[in-house]
Amino acid sequence: MSTPASVGAVEASSQPESFVFTPENVAVAETIISRYPSQKRASAVIPLLHLAQRQHANWLPRVAMDYVADYLGMARIRVYEVATFYTMFNKEPVGKHLIQVCTTTPCWLRGSDEVLGACKRRLGIGPGETTSDGQFTVVEVECAGACVNAPVVAIGDDYYEDLDGPAMVALLDQLARGEAPTPGSQTGRRGSCPATGPTTLTNQPSLPASAGAVTGADD
Amino acid sequence: MPKLTIDGMEVEVEAGTSVLQACEQLGIEVPRFCYHERLSVAANCRMCLVEMERSPKPIASCSMPCADGMVIRTNTEQAQKARKGVMELILINHPLDCPICDQGGECDLQDQAVAYGYDRSRYAEEKRSVQDKDFGPLINAEMTRCIHCTRCVRFCDEIAGVAVLGAVGRGTHTEISTYVERAITSELSGNLADVCPVGALTSKPYRFKARPWELRKTETVDVLDAVGSNIRVDARGGEVLRVLPRLNEDVNEEWISDKTRFACDGLKRQRLDRPYVRRNGKLEPVSWDEALDAVVARLQGLDGARIAGLAGDLVDAEAMIALKDLLLSLGSPHLDCRQDGARYDVSERVGYLFNTTIAGIEQADVIVLVGTNPRLEAPLVNARIRKRYREGGLKVGVIGPSVELGYVYEHLGSDAGVLAAIAEGSHPLAATLKAASRPMIILGAGALVREDGPAVQAVAREIAARYDLVRDGWNGFNVLHLAAARVGALDLGFLPQVGGRDTRGILDGAKAGDIEVVYLLGADEIDASRLGNAFVIYQGHHGDRGAHRADVVLPGAAYTEKNGTYVNTEGRVQQARMAVFPAGEAREDWKILRALSERLGRRLPYDNLGQIRDRLVAVNPLFATKGDVQAAPWRPFGVSGALLEEPFQPAVDNFYMTDPISRASLTMAKCTDAFVPSREGKTGTHG
Repeated sequence: MSTPASVGAVEASSQPESFVFTPENVAVAETIISRYPSQKRASAVIPLLHLAQRQHANWLPRVAMDYVADYLGMARIRVYEVATFYTMFNKEPVGKHLIQVCTTTPCWLRGSDEVLGACKRRLGIGPGETTSDGQFTVVEVECAGACVNAPVVAIGDDYYEDLDGPAMVALLDQLARGEAPTPGSQTGRRGSCPATGPTTLTNQPSLPASAGAVTGADD
Repeated sequence: MPKLTIDGMEVEVEAGTSVLQACEQLGIEVPRFCYHERLSVAANCRMCLVEMERSPKPIASCSMPCADGMVIRTNTEQAQKARKGVMELILINHPLDCPICDQGGECDLQDQAVAYGYDRSRYAEEKRSVQDKDFGPLINAEMTRCIHCTRCVRFCDEIAGVAVLGAVGRGTHTEISTYVERAITSELSGNLADVCPVGALTSKPYRFKARPWELRKTETVDVLDAVGSNIRVDARGGEVLRVLPRLNEDVNEEWISDKTRFACDGLKRQRLDRPYVRRNGKLEPVSWDEALDAVVARLQGLDGARIAGLAGDLVDAEAMIALKDLLLSLGSPHLDCRQDGARYDVSERVGYLFNTTIAGIEQADVIVLVGTNPRLEAPLVNARIRKRYREGGLKVGVIGPSVELGYVYEHLGSDAGVLAAIAEGSHPLAATLKAASRPMIILGAGALVREDGPAVQAVAREIAARYDLVRDGWNGFNVLHLAAARVGALDLGFLPQVGGRDTRGILDGAKAGDIEVVYLLGADEIDASRLGNAFVIYQGHHGDRGAHRADVVLPGAAYTEKNGTYVNTEGRVQQARMAVFPAGEAREDWKILRALSERLGRRLPYDNLGQIRDRLVAVNPLFATKGDVQAAPWRPFGVSGALLEEPFQPAVDNFYMTDPISRASLTMAKCTDAFVPSREGKTGTHG
């Protein structure tokens, strides 16, 4: 985690005055809360914070945390504790595209430095910074959990895998043009197979005589 | 009951006992930081690791419940190595600033690092540092020293009832914080400095003042509210530097309120350190001889019916009995200790005591608070109610102002009419009270300081009778007093004698000229402008309202400067001990009265503390009991009458300033600025 949020201070300048769920999100929130026993409303704190973050340009202002706390009838500090614990909750404004570059060992071995460098070259910002037009924020993250296709970058809700410098620049170019690049492996790799191509399951298995009699894989 | 072996000793413990508690029962010391017997178990410091047979790893003894056949070893190489490892990790980010840390010399971390740690560090990397927080005027936060035991977080949550502190962030970035900059708004916040095992949270007013080994420690009792918290006064030379709680399970457990703890700087300011006599409208410093002569000159030959005496809130029983004896010998029937003007029936002791006892609150299942805000009037009583509340199954009803108490309650109404309805059985609460097995009613000053005080008291007694609040081994009728001196004064009968006037009568008489001399024994909560042209003798320790109006000022001793007896709101007789000498020429109060009596030719028959205490016992044998509560027999009391319709008013607006000592305290003034929303109107116990 190379971008520790300053946990003590909240930047007052960017904080909005108030926050409420939209009517649609109130309905969603009620559905979420209904999944827990009525005495345990506080259990819904993480999904509700997530909902609030989605509603509020992908970041959680303090008023939103307060709103969720009051909504669930819990002490505000308990919500601050949760929100600051998870790095996925953004306590400060982020760009339209939040680019999370994984730099943990497997991605680093596979060239995440190059990916991060490409962001720097293309956007002119380092980890933890936002472009002045508010379009991009780049952050470093710990293991994104897709090591097989390292290096990996999460942009918004999607993973972009098998990157290198030029591929990253191409992605950013597409995003800057307002396009939606195709998620997944950028080299066309499928099923996390070796980079040199599949070494197993290379041919289509022949269908067994009767569909119900499958007992095991061929290879 | 599980039976286990610890260090080769067999022990049988209650089910649910943790291994750490079992070790304590055997007298085996287990180091710990996060574990605190009055807080929930967090098990995050890992300092209490011990070896358990058949467990591959050492276990955290604070959170491991004892089980049958367990074999625990606390003194093996594995256990010792585990402790050393934990200690090394804890010290990684702890600064080596013991020489400038207030906790130095009384620090758990310091002691345990010496006892259980390595003698050197292998850590050569950079240490983390944390920005300090502003937690208000009482608690100093040096958060780089924090080891994240979360005792403070749990204290705020569980004991104080204000969830404002939390562990924010994660991993090495964790900080104990309020997240948004704010002070800790609790009347018990000073205890954070006590629960903190390191120097992260310390007392702000005491900062850089002294080292613990320089201090002279005196075990005594607090007088700033009627709870009578057991305290330790730490002094150096003639200066009281701090006040700490002393363990007393029956009264304050191990907590004290912020006023008790932090008002001690008021003992140095505004002091009356020499006698004064008013000449040409100005108080002039004089010698004791001149001051006493001035009193004698005014009293000599005066009809006793024209003399009156009022006792204040902080006065010890010895001084009050001396003044009572003196006034009676002068022929004055006009004496009262209820300077707030409260009128309630004091014919029966049971009618003015907190009969359930503070510890008894833990057994209650229904509590009705009438005209009282225990959070401000007696924070430790409120902490007990909260403690009971957290166990579940407690129903609290409030009649009076709707205020934040730190637990959920039902607001039944604001005026005495609700009480009457309950007494008649027409109120919905009637069914609850009927079904309760341990019901309590607590009458506060807000209910008794009114014209209809006796009637309120009588209705409360009716309720007590109707719903069996008094039953075998249980007395649910309670009065919560505000003044430390009050119950002692009532027990001594410092009250209007036959044909005597009460507080209001005395003030009216002074205004009308019927009362010519008023002796104020530490009485500051009266409206001095109502004293008219009376000759006012003020005996006390602070230049407060009483002294400003006085014609003669006789400097007395504050509670830390005399050996005095106090009776708390439960009727518990406790003794305050002299920690430092009285300021300047001031003297212990009963000695002043004894000297005055001699000059008046009515020598009081006691020459030393032993004799005056014998006199106390002679007046009321209860003064022979020390430290425990004598249950008062349940007898009829109360004077029925019409109840007023107006709502009960809060008796305390500003918790931080209720008496001459706290009004003189700079720390309390800072708290008032920081915590009391409105400074308008009356303050303290102002009647």
